[in-house]
This record gives sequence, structure tokens and C-alpha cells, in this order.
Amino acid sequence: MTTLKARIKRNALPSAEKIEEEQLRLVWKTPIGWRYWTSVNNTQVGLWYGGAAFAFMLFGGVLALLVRTQLAVPGNNFLSADFYNQAFTLHGTVMMFLFAVPIFEAVAIFLLPPMLGARELPFPRLGAFGFWSFLIGGVFVCGSIFFDAAPSSGWFMYPPLATDKAYSGIGADIWLLGLSFIEVASIAAAVELIVGIMKCRAPGMRINLMPLFAWYLLIVAGMILFAFPPLIAGDILFEMQRMFDWPFFDPTRGGDPLLWQHLFWIFGHPEVYIIFLPAIALMAMIVPTFSQRPIVGYSWIVLAAVGTGFLSFGLWVHHMFATGLPQISLAFFSAASEAVAIPTGVQIFVFIATMLAGRVIFSVPMLFGAGGLAIFVIGGLTGVMVALVPFDWQAHDTYFIVAHLHYVLIGGMLFPLVAGVYYYYPLINARMLSPRLGRTAFWLMFAGFNVAFFPMHLSGLRGMPRRVFTYPEGIGWDWLNLISTIGAYVFAAGVLVVVFDVVRPKHREPRSEQNPWKAGTLEWLNEPEENWGVRSIPIIESRYPLWDQADLMQKVNEGAYYLRSAKENRRETLITSVLDAHPLQCQRVATSTTITIISAALLGGVFVALTFELWILALLSGIGTLSAVLWWLWTGTGETPEKKTKDVGLGLRLPLYASGPDSVGWWAMFITMVGDGTAFASLIFGYFFYWTIHPDFTLGQPGPGMRWPMIALSLFVAAWAAMLGARRLNASGWIDGARLALVAAFLLTLAASAAGFAGPWQHDMQPTAHVYPAIVWILVIWALAHAAVGSVMQLYCLARSLAGRLTREHDMELHNVALYWHFMAITAVITFAVIGLFPEAM
Amino acid sequence: MRIIPKEVETLWTLFTAPVIWAGHFLACYALAAIWCAKRGDLGFAVVQAGIVAMTLAALAMIVLSGWLAWRQWGFGTNDPPHDDPTATDRNLFQGFATLLLCGLSFVAVLYVALPLLFIDGCSS
Repeated sequence: MTTLKARIKRNALPSAEKIEEEQLRLVWKTPIGWRYWTSVNNTQVGLWYGGAAFAFMLFGGVLALLVRTQLAVPGNNFLSADFYNQAFTLHGTVMMFLFAVPIFEAVAIFLLPPMLGARELPFPRLGAFGFWSFLIGGVFVCGSIFFDAAPSSGWFMYPPLATDKAYSGIGADIWLLGLSFIEVASIAAAVELIVGIMKCRAPGMRINLMPLFAWYLLIVAGMILFAFPPLIAGDILFEMQRMFDWPFFDPTRGGDPLLWQHLFWIFGHPEVYIIFLPAIALMAMIVPTFSQRPIVGYSWIVLAAVGTGFLSFGLWVHHMFATGLPQISLAFFSAASEAVAIPTGVQIFVFIATMLAGRVIFSVPMLFGAGGLAIFVIGGLTGVMVALVPFDWQAHDTYFIVAHLHYVLIGGMLFPLVAGVYYYYPLINARMLSPRLGRTAFWLMFAGFNVAFFPMHLSGLRGMPRRVFTYPEGIGWDWLNLISTIGAYVFAAGVLVVVFDVVRPKHREPRSEQNPWKAGTLEWLNEPEENWGVRSIPIIESRYPLWDQADLMQKVNEGAYYLRSAKENRRETLITSVLDAHPLQCQRVATSTTITIISAALLGGVFVALTFELWILALLSGIGTLSAVLWWLWTGTGETPEKKTKDVGLGLRLPLYASGPDSVGWWAMFITMVGDGTAFASLIFGYFFYWTIHPDFTLGQPGPGMRWPMIALSLFVAAWAAMLGARRLNASGWIDGARLALVAAFLLTLAASAAGFAGPWQHDMQPTAHVYPAIVWILVIWALAHAAVGSVMQLYCLARSLAGRLTREHDMELHNVALYWHFMAITAVITFAVIGLFPEAM
Repeated sequence: MRIIPKEVETLWTLFTAPVIWAGHFLACYALAAIWCAKRGDLGFAVVQAGIVAMTLAALAMIVLSGWLAWRQWGFGTNDPPHDDPTATDRNLFQGFATLLLCGLSFVAVLYVALPLLFIDGCSS
């Protein structure tokens, strides 16, 4: 506050507006010095996220150049076979997991609040935690190659190669654990984005007025919730096999490598669209701006986004056409793979129609966008080809596939992303990137890309398999590969031009205008010098408010709308209703902290220690993570505000506290648990998968019996009922009763867990002997781990109640924990019904 | 009891038809996969009959949700873009987008059922 006084002093007689503005600026001020890194504001976190993802992309690009150099001439010995395997595996892994997905989390975290007219996303610390997790996991995975320990079994890690420790070394563990950690970050981002888009839009921004970018990101975040958890489930099975020899993928003991392929591709195919849709979302912002008119067919874009999001989950087996599945099964996936071309085509036609209906300005972003779409269409056409089973059998695992996937990903993702960089750069530091360098970069990249990847179609059709580290001369692959390598270097030169343009110092250049492209959407209100997002939160009446609402920019900057001040020195944003964006609540959001970094580092410690099988260190890090998260929750969430309501401006008073479905925390819990439930469903899928592949899937092994599972089931249901009782008693005002119910719920949870454990334990089920006991144990462990988390939550609520922080009116924690217990009850009922009853029924 | 549901105001109706598609897809896949793995004495006709029945059911549900969407869209009396800042236009937008998704889902369900015309067994 001294700074404020000093500034007021300098400004002899400051107006009331100036004081308000200065206070708001101070509240949102970015910390300086080393504390800069403790910032949790979306602007900084988004930039770091994006910067880190770009750095990983350049690293992955260098690996690609190594690969291309090795393949330039036949019989080359530039790289050893093993290092080549590490290089291409890490290249794929880095590009998919450390660049393509996170870069859009980065862009979304950076852009969404200003685009939606919000000050901040609802959970800034969660976003920062996700970033630090991503950074630590990414450095860990990438660093392995410097110790000759990088994963080397290909980016989809197929067993039995990848489960064989002699062949795959520690690299497979690094891949599995490092990426599991990063998946946590992705799910955190999904939670943040869904709640942000549904609940934090500016007043009046009804869902028919929402920027298309937000529509796409909403769908993508939903897809992450259903796509990433199956991979996490697969990772668990995989690591249990590698660490403890549980035979999930070992056919000699009843396992099946195909289960991994299913789980990986249930993740892996939607992931392609998780990458593609946000890139198209950028185009949906760029095309109207440079066509100087609203998008043609807004509803059609929503159709395309939602349709693609759903259909993309029906494609995964088209990666497994050559595995010998029944033809009728293959045909279903072939059909769905063709169907997804419909919504994908719709979006491209919408862009073309918008350009035809408007007057197009051919700027650098449009160049990259149009070039990217042209490349993407070629990739889409080869996609329609390989979606046909007979063609795929010819092309499977050849360079034709390598060409196809690069056309899709680079055309559908990298080019639109670079378009986005050129378009949105003025929002980062109020300067423009150079159009001259942009054009140079585009032509180098466009030409280089096609020179590099088009010949791969031909080398693939001539039979060149992917992932070979060298090839003999004279079988028709020589010059095609040489051309590809030359193209790769030209492409890389183009990327370097972009990098140079971005990092070259620009402080001598004039400041660009606030809305240099004359765009119509709200993010262009953002002043890069300010950290508050918007000076005041406007009322929105159009899809393109800067075009249609006269003087909007001026009025926002004068503080004519909501939350123009921060009288209580708190960071605040508005919570609005899902459909019509009616203001509902004034939400206080978190400020800078080190706890996010500490939590991420400790959680990273768990994963790193597990990789090297350092059990004690893993345990200690786990306890540390739990303590850090509890401290974070205790000190940073569920705060009781100093007053019930607050005047947010324009004569509107809004509550400062909400619990249950009205609160953003409840939504976050719900969304997280949907993802968690998907992982659980994947494990259940595994159970029944093993049942289908064996005539008698218990193979004479003992089961957990019926008695203990049924006792566990009943006790878990009782614990759930006690939790609901606690919530109800607390709401009725009988606080002691609520506390007693919490204690009862806790004791019931302990008893239920013991009973759940007793089933497989008492029947001496040996998880290393056969896959049946192994999958039963995994399901039980899953349920018990969730029960452990659930019991910590019960104790947390009890402690909050005893500390007077959880009261009759302020009962957010109880609502959220009761919601967790709904999911816990479903998990327990399904788990124990399946393991207890299904073998009996058979 | 009313047969035709009354209009509800929620975001979730948008996803009705794609969810029906997903359920139909999974059911067809599971039926075929389990039958091919566990085939008893019954012929492939079981799978065919099951898929035909599920497809008809799915299409009927999509048509019903399409009709509801059409109603929400005011039976087509208003043209897009539905970009006025009013609850009415928001509702019309929802109806129109839902109707489009019903169309896509209808076609996609037919696509998934198409293999029945070409494949008459599990042969792997």
C-alpha cells in the first residue's frame, strides 16, 4: 500500500477513478524478482506454458532432423540403431505429449479470460500447478536421452517389446511415469477450462454469443476427460507388469498385449482431434477478422465441433486393423472413420464460405491458415484411404502412414498455430511480428514440408516400413529419402525464421494499436501492459462486440462496467449462469504462491522415485505431496468472506460465497470425478476383455468369493449414506450430529476397505500367477485407493468443522466431499459386484 | 402421463443425439465382439438381428430428439444466425444446433450399421 500512497502523492490531486484504477492495478500486479515465478495469473502461466511447449517442440524438431539425417542415404551409420530408436520414440512422444496438447492448454489459459471478458480463470493455482507438473515431467522425459536412457519402443509403447525390461530398459518406465504425470496436468487444465468457459463468461455472453474458440475448447476439454483416463489406466497396468511382474500383457499367463493397444488408442485417436480442434478454433477467430465479417454458419461450427468430438471416440480400432480382430468389428470402426470426415469437412466449408462472403485481407496469419488447411485436406484424403481396411492392410506400418499423420498434424495443427502466433503476438507485448519474415517463414515451411513429406507416400507405397534405422541401396527408396531429408531441413529453416521473429528484441519498435487487425472479439480489449485482463467487465450483446457495440472499448477502459475497483484488495471475477450468463456470484480468485511449485515438485518426486524403484523416497514424496496439497486447500480455499454480498457496480449486489452446484469448486470436483470414472471404466473394460478372450477366464484360479466383496459393498454404501447424513445434519444446524456422522462415515470407510481387501487376500489370490487374480487385485486396489482419499476428505471436513471454518452457511467442503462420495459409492458398488458376483454368475 | 417431453432449458440436450450414436456404436461393437469371442450354438443371425434392432431403436430416438430440437427451433420459422442478445435467440440457436447434430448422428448411425450389408461373419 505504500506504493499506492507514493503514487497518489506524485499525482497531486488524484481523482477517485485514478485511485480505483491504481488499486486494481496493485491487486493484480505481477510479482517481481524471483517471486515472478510464484505468479499464478493466467497471462504469466499461459506464456510460460506456451514458451515451454515451444522449447520442447524445438527439441523434438532437432530429434527429427537427426532421424532424417540418418535416413538421407542408404546404409548410413550417422546414428546407432539404438540411438535412432530413442530419437524417433522421443520425437513422437515430445511432439504429441509435450507440444501438441500442452500448447493449446497454454493458448487457452492465456486467451480465454480476456476472450470471455473474465479477469481470470476460476482456479489460477490449479493452472499454475498444471504448468509446473508439465515442466518437471517434460524435462524428465526429454533429459533421459542425454543419459542414453530414453524410451526406445516407439511413441505408443507396444508390449511385449516395451514390457520386456531386457529390450526396453528404463526408458519405458520414464515414458510411462513421466507422461502419467503430464496427463495429470492435462486433466487439471481440462477442469480449469470447462469451469472457466461454462461459468466465467462476461454478463450477457449467452451460449449463442460465445466466441467459437470457447466452443471448441469446451469440447476439447470434455474430450480430454474421456480420452486421457484410459491411458492412465493402461499406464497403471503397464507399470504393474514392469515393476511387479503382474501379467496383464503376458499371454503365457493369460494376459494380452492387445488390451494395451485398445487402451492406448482409445486415448490416442481422440487425441488427434484434441490437437486438431483447438487449431481450427484459432482459424475460427482469424478467418472472420480477415474476411471482415462474422463467421458464416456459427451453428454449423458448433455442429462440427461437437460432432467431431463424439465421432472421434469411435475410431480407435483403425490403428489396429492389422491385429486380427473380427472383420465385423473392423468394419464398424472403418464406418465411423469415414463418418468423421463429414463434420471435419463442414468446418472447412464454413471457412471457405466466410471468405467468399467477405472481403479477404491476405495477411501472414491467413497465409499460414490457408496453407495449413491445404496440407490438412491432403492428409484428410489419405486418412479416408487408410480408414478402409483393405487399403490399410497394404499401407500399415509403412512410410505412407508417416506421411499421412504428418500431413494431418502439421497441416491441421502446426500451421494454424503459427497463424495464431502471428495473429495474437500483439497481445503479448504490444508489438507486431514482421510480415516480411512471416512470408519468408511460410514459404520455407510450406515448400519444405511438402518436399519432406510428400515423397514419403511413395516410399511407403514402395514398401519402406516405418521405424527402420537404415535401408539397403537400390530398392527404390534412395532418392525419395534424400529428397525428404532436404525438405526437412528447409522446413526447419522456416521454423527458425519464426523463432527468430518471435525472440528478436522489439523494444525500439513502435507500440502497436490495441486492436491492430480490427478484430471483433473481446480479447482485443486486453492491454499487454496491464495484468487485470479487463479494466471493467463489460455486458456483452453480440458475437463480435468490438464491431457491434459502439464505444465498448472506451467504456470498458474507463471502468464503466462491473468490478471496476478492488476495494477489499482482493482479486475478483464474476461467475455467471451457464446458458444466459446472468451474473450469479463475485468469485475471489487466488494470488501468487509457492505452494503450487512445491506440490508439483513433490508429486514429480513421487513419479521420478517410482521410475528408479526408490520406494522409500517415493513414499516420503507421496506424504510430502499430500501434506502440501492439504496445506494448499486449508489456507487457500473455502474462505469465509468478511461480508455476505458485495456491490460489483451498476447497482448490482452479488454473493461472495456459494456452495453445492452453485459453486465453481463443486463443478471442478464433478468434472474431475467424471475423468476419474472414465479411468475406472477402462479397468472394468479390462476385466471383461480378459473374460472374452478365455473360455474360462479364472483358469481354475481362486476368486475373491462372494462374502467379503458383498460385505465391502454394503459397508461402502453405509459410509456413503453417513456422508450424505453429515451434509444434511450440518445444513439443518445440528453441527455435533454432522461431526458424529463424519466420524461414523470415516470408521465405516475403514471397515469397508478392510473387507474389500479381505476377499482376494483370504483366498490367497496371487497376482503374478495369472491375469485373473491380477485384474481383481487392481480393481480392489483402485477402490481402496479412492477410499483412502475419501477418508482423508472426511477427516478434512471434520477438522474444518472443529476449526469453525465449516459452518452451517459455509459448507462448500461438505458438498464437494459428498459429491466425491457419490462417485466413490458407484466405484465401490461396481467393483465389488463385478469381482464378487460375475464369476459366480458364470 | 405426457408422451412428448416438454421443453427444458439446459445445455445438455445439445448432446442427446451424439450420445445415442455413441451408445449404439458401443452396443454394436460389444455385441459383435462378445459373440465372435464366445459364439454359442446360435448363428451370426443373432448379431445381425441385434444390430438391426438397435439401429432402428437408435434412429427412432434420434428422430424423436430431432423433432424436439425442431420444436425448440420454432419449427423452422426463424432463420439463423440467431445472434441477438436475447433468451429467445439463445433458445433458437440451441434448437438449430441440436437439430444439425441429430442429422449428423442419424447419418453416422446408418454408417455404423452399413457393414451388415457386406459382412456376414466374424472371420478375422
